[in-house]
Amino acid sequence: MSAVIEGPTTAAPAAAATRGHVDITNVRKSFGSTEVLKGVSLTVPPGGVAVIVGPSGSGKSTLLRTINHLEKVDGGYITIDGQLVGYQVRGNKLHELREKDILKQRTDIGMVFQNFNLFPHLTALENVTEAPVVALHRNKAEARKRALELLDRVGLKDRAAAYPRQLSGGQQQRIAIARALALDPKILLFDEPTSALDPELVNEVLDVIRELATSGTTLIIVTHEMGFARDVADTVVFMDEGQIVEQGSPQEIFANPREPRTRSFFSKVIEPAFNI
Amino acid sequence: MSSAVTTVAQSAQQSAPEPAPASAVAESPTAAAAQSAAAPGAAAPAAPGAVDWPAADYSGYKLVPARHPWRWVGTVMVALGVVAVAWSLATNPRWEWGVVAQWFTAQSVVNGLVETLKLTAISGALGFVLGFILALMRLSASPLLVSVSWTFSWIFRSTPLLVQMLLWYNLGYLYEKISLGIPFTDIRFFEVQTTTLISQFAAAVLGLTLNQAAYSAEIIRGGILSVDQGQLEAAAALGIPAWRRSTRIVLPQAMRAILPTAFNEIIGLVKGTSIVYVLAYSELFYTVQVIYNRTQQVLPLLLVATLWYVAITSVLSVFQYYIERHYSKGAVRNLPLTPLQKARKFFATHAPVNLDRAKEGR
Repeated sequence: MSAVIEGPTTAAPAAAATRGHVDITNVRKSFGSTEVLKGVSLTVPPGGVAVIVGPSGSGKSTLLRTINHLEKVDGGYITIDGQLVGYQVRGNKLHELREKDILKQRTDIGMVFQNFNLFPHLTALENVTEAPVVALHRNKAEARKRALELLDRVGLKDRAAAYPRQLSGGQQQRIAIARALALDPKILLFDEPTSALDPELVNEVLDVIRELATSGTTLIIVTHEMGFARDVADTVVFMDEGQIVEQGSPQEIFANPREPRTRSFFSKVIEPAFNI
Repeated sequence: MSSAVTTVAQSAQQSAPEPAPASAVAESPTAAAAQSAAAPGAAAPAAPGAVDWPAADYSGYKLVPARHPWRWVGTVMVALGVVAVAWSLATNPRWEWGVVAQWFTAQSVVNGLVETLKLTAISGALGFVLGFILALMRLSASPLLVSVSWTFSWIFRSTPLLVQMLLWYNLGYLYEKISLGIPFTDIRFFEVQTTTLISQFAAAVLGLTLNQAAYSAEIIRGGILSVDQGQLEAAAALGIPAWRRSTRIVLPQAMRAILPTAFNEIIGLVKGTSIVYVLAYSELFYTVQVIYNRTQQVLPLLLVATLWYVAITSVLSVFQYYIERHYSKGAVRNLPLTPLQKARKFFATHAPVNLDRAKEGR
């Protein structure tokens, strides 16, 4: 894991510190008759690390998926550096963008999934080079060079030729992180990145994310790892029943939750041995 | 040492068929457990945890795999059957192998074979391309495209191929002329007699292609549905365009599910082309029929056609094996060995003489 801890790699992530401002305003979303987001507003500053926690079904993942327009909102809007995500203003209406423009926006927003979703028929290296070549039209040799740097950064340069099924869950998730980084995104979204992993593999993934937290990219992370949330977050956001119940610094949220719902949630998920 | 090994092997063989365990075997803990489980009323011979057998050290013993005498009996019986069939095929003069050999590479038969291959290749390729489009239509969000695709499959799968063939061939009876123009006006860009457009070949290709498309659409749709939704999501999140998502991400994975059934269809199509005899189209089967109607050598000539069909299917099966192997990249941890590699490994490990030992001896 030492490869992961070794400092910032290139100048590119440092430049990213000036961008990646996420503004979510009054977002609503229903699946059928169930309203899963009931007017959620959240601001994450450039380079900020927001960790969203809360019980299952509270709308955390749905909120995350609206940020890159994988989930269309029913109301409200999201901007990144002042630019609307998935829509454009025409008169006094917001018109949904064409697929092509949405795809272009998504190249600024990396996403890491709970089930990795690596392409099983492509090698680790091909997984990482696919999007830069196809979506950003980079030349192949350049994309390959950058991909190898990224694989090195997540400590897996020697597994570049391996297929995902030949790798452990933790290794697969680290490849998935490298794949998301290959587009040099302003923002990285993590949807429960360690939930599908065996306990002993969780830390190798968290270490990579920890290193990213200092790189200047804006991170929005949905997780159940409370210790990790406390370590890495600038802002902890507690969601329940489609609303943000409380948000603040890790110290405030974990040590002195104001809301009874927050308190009762933490009393269930944090073991007694866990101390602030 | 070797004698001890054989006695162990023999006792294992003897005890296997007997339902009641021999006294020597009952001493082992598993056998005792099985016995007590089988007869719960009977008193258990030993209390759990109590060790009443001498501690033994088996570390110096050689492991001997179980013998399977019945497998050998079965093998010999099947081998005898195969030999008997082969013998009768070779010695019964009524098969008329001489006639088979004479016609096998005759010019007319080879011409027929070429026509069969042509029909299979063209209608197979067009059928799968059209099937792919129909499958995408069926999976699209547009209700119109979905219902058009569904109706196409419904109609062509419910009409006998024979009827379709005759219908296409007799299209000139239903529509005398085929023209391209602006509907409800007299403007015609191009007009042609249906009978000159629809030749035997065109009718055959049309019938086989449309029928094949209806079936392959379902096969391809099934393959696409078998790919995890998360794959599309991940590709979309990476900004990969829709066409590339289908061709680079989904289709290669869908191929694993598509290929076995698709080859079934193509092999079916090879023989299915014989149905164009109703159009008096001289492909392999029709040619053979024409010949035996003249020479009255029915069975040998059917055999000629059969042998060619077997040959085509064999070649296709080899293709299938290697194409499937190609698309299993990443789906299995390690690619399975090719038959050639398997054979090499078999002769390396099952050689009549132990090659390793022979080398050591040197």
